[in-house]
Amino acid sequence: MNNMAAKDMRIGKKRTKAGRRYQSETNQRLRTVIFLIVTVVILAAVTAAGILTEGYAVETDFSQRNLSPGLQHLFGTDWMGRDMLARTLSGLSLSIRIGIMTAVVSAAVALALGTASVVLGRKADVVISWCIDLVMGIPHILLVMLISLACGRGFIGVVAGVSLSHWPSLARVIRGELMQLRQAPYILVAEKMGVSKFQNVKRHMLPHLLPQFLTGLILLFPHAILHESGVTFLGFGLSSEQPAIGVILSESMQYLTTGKWWLALFPGLALVLVVVLFALLGERVRRLLDPSSVHE
Amino acid sequence: MKHRLQFTGKKLIRMALLLLGVSIVTFLLMCASPLDPLQTNIGQAALGTMSSEQIAKLQAYWGVDTPPLTRYLGWLTDVLKGDFGTSLLYRQPVLTVIGQRLISSFWLLLSAWVISGVLGLTMGVIAGACRGRWPDRLIRGYCLLISSTPAFWLAILLLLIFAVWLGWLPVGLSVPAGVEAAAVTVADRFRHAILPALTLSITGVANIALHTREKMINVMESDYVLFARARGESEISIILRHGLRNVALPAITLQFASVSEIIGGSVLVEQVFSYPGLGQAAVTAGLGSDLPLLLGITIVTAAIVFAGNLIADLLYGVIDPKIRKGAARG
Repeated sequence: MNNMAAKDMRIGKKRTKAGRRYQSETNQRLRTVIFLIVTVVILAAVTAAGILTEGYAVETDFSQRNLSPGLQHLFGTDWMGRDMLARTLSGLSLSIRIGIMTAVVSAAVALALGTASVVLGRKADVVISWCIDLVMGIPHILLVMLISLACGRGFIGVVAGVSLSHWPSLARVIRGELMQLRQAPYILVAEKMGVSKFQNVKRHMLPHLLPQFLTGLILLFPHAILHESGVTFLGFGLSSEQPAIGVILSESMQYLTTGKWWLALFPGLALVLVVVLFALLGERVRRLLDPSSVHE
Repeated sequence: MKHRLQFTGKKLIRMALLLLGVSIVTFLLMCASPLDPLQTNIGQAALGTMSSEQIAKLQAYWGVDTPPLTRYLGWLTDVLKGDFGTSLLYRQPVLTVIGQRLISSFWLLLSAWVISGVLGLTMGVIAGACRGRWPDRLIRGYCLLISSTPAFWLAILLLLIFAVWLGWLPVGLSVPAGVEAAAVTVADRFRHAILPALTLSITGVANIALHTREKMINVMESDYVLFARARGESEISIILRHGLRNVALPAITLQFASVSEIIGGSVLVEQVFSYPGLGQAAVTAGLGSDLPLLLGITIVTAAIVFAGNLIADLLYGVIDPKIRKGAARG
């Protein structure tokens, strides 16, 4: 169905260069799919590598302290002689795993509440909208901090904090989309024909929502990962024994003024790269699924 | 006019209810915390050496033994009288602490907010007007990179470059260390605020620029722009007279919605630069389980965020005649 819509748009919106673009359209799609596969493979590889090097990452070697980046230690070593590459990899792996977990929970909450506010009637809608406003009113990082405190910090604190604070924007999008959809002729017809509300949602509304939901889900990763590392950096998240990027960066702060730049530069850069990959992934999926931006 | 007042009144009541909700949620979260404030602030070793009377006294000070509901109601009645309680860590009234912190954060937040807003709008308009060409690609790339960069890492990088390597700017704090309060000049404060403000401005740009770009593209593809082109208007005049005006409305919403993000970012950035602002106080209060201070800070920041949203709603009517008339009719 999406393909059809995309084709209609293409024909309808022909531009001056449309002839050439139209020819390369299949390539564009193919390229996007290849890009998606490569990105997923890279991210999976980083995750796996991080899990494998976890043991090595905490190994201390006091004869190899404070080495600047070289052939033997690509990212250098820290003041306890730990290899920064291994630490960064396991930190990234941890971040990705937390990111996936929290994004999935957030998206599920958003879907449930967004649907409920449309299906359960006006009163439920008022309550849910109020909750959305409430959560959006507290700055994200502050809310993550508070929830993490309520769960006693640590791994559970971070996961709960990030997953319970990131649903409102997606919930609002889903609510808006469903509000419009509810008035669509085919939904009204289905209602008149006696299809139950639940069936209607399951059979007609959710499939329509799927592309937006998927994109929203993937675009939650970058936020989740950034807030996880941020809150860990502040000291509310993962404990200092775990090789998380936030922990690495907050430790590196003590050694900055003595010129140990590699402690902060490479782990942060690696984190940025992972987040960029996730953001690109989401952007490409959006383009693939959303017919109106298929030209770009 | 009457409708506007009614509208504002309704919004204000909603805001008050939301603030009440924020306070309840914050309070519940802090109460649910399994972290014992005595353990975190005094330490197991010190507690072991104390007599049971001393411990009981400390427990009363940190409010561990009072039931949550009594504590919340007591807090709420005090707040309605204008008293936010006393910070347990700073041993000063919460409002005094927040006031001091807010003043030192204020210029930081304001300058970052204005710079990121103006820069974001300009970049978004340029990118939207040059869609698909190199300025657009450049700006989109920049936005992607910046929105994927943790604010605190950017702060560390800037600190490394400008404070450690080049030595142009101070490493941290809001005033030079070891100087009398009276001897601190405005220039000193300014020099200390440059790096934090720069970090916040750089990171705040991305969201506004990207959304403005989308809107600008819609405007540039509209019939009225096509007509203006056909009439022979120059591209610059189209952007200024048709583009900017139609982009202004969503840009204002975004700009006021970004208040929350800037405050959130300031929590991290102030921590990196040891800048004694509101964000740093929030972290200290959180790590030290200082319930009254953290409650106060959350309420004040939420109030600022809600006020921003309210101003945006009101500005709509001022700027857009369509909404003004719609509100008057409905």
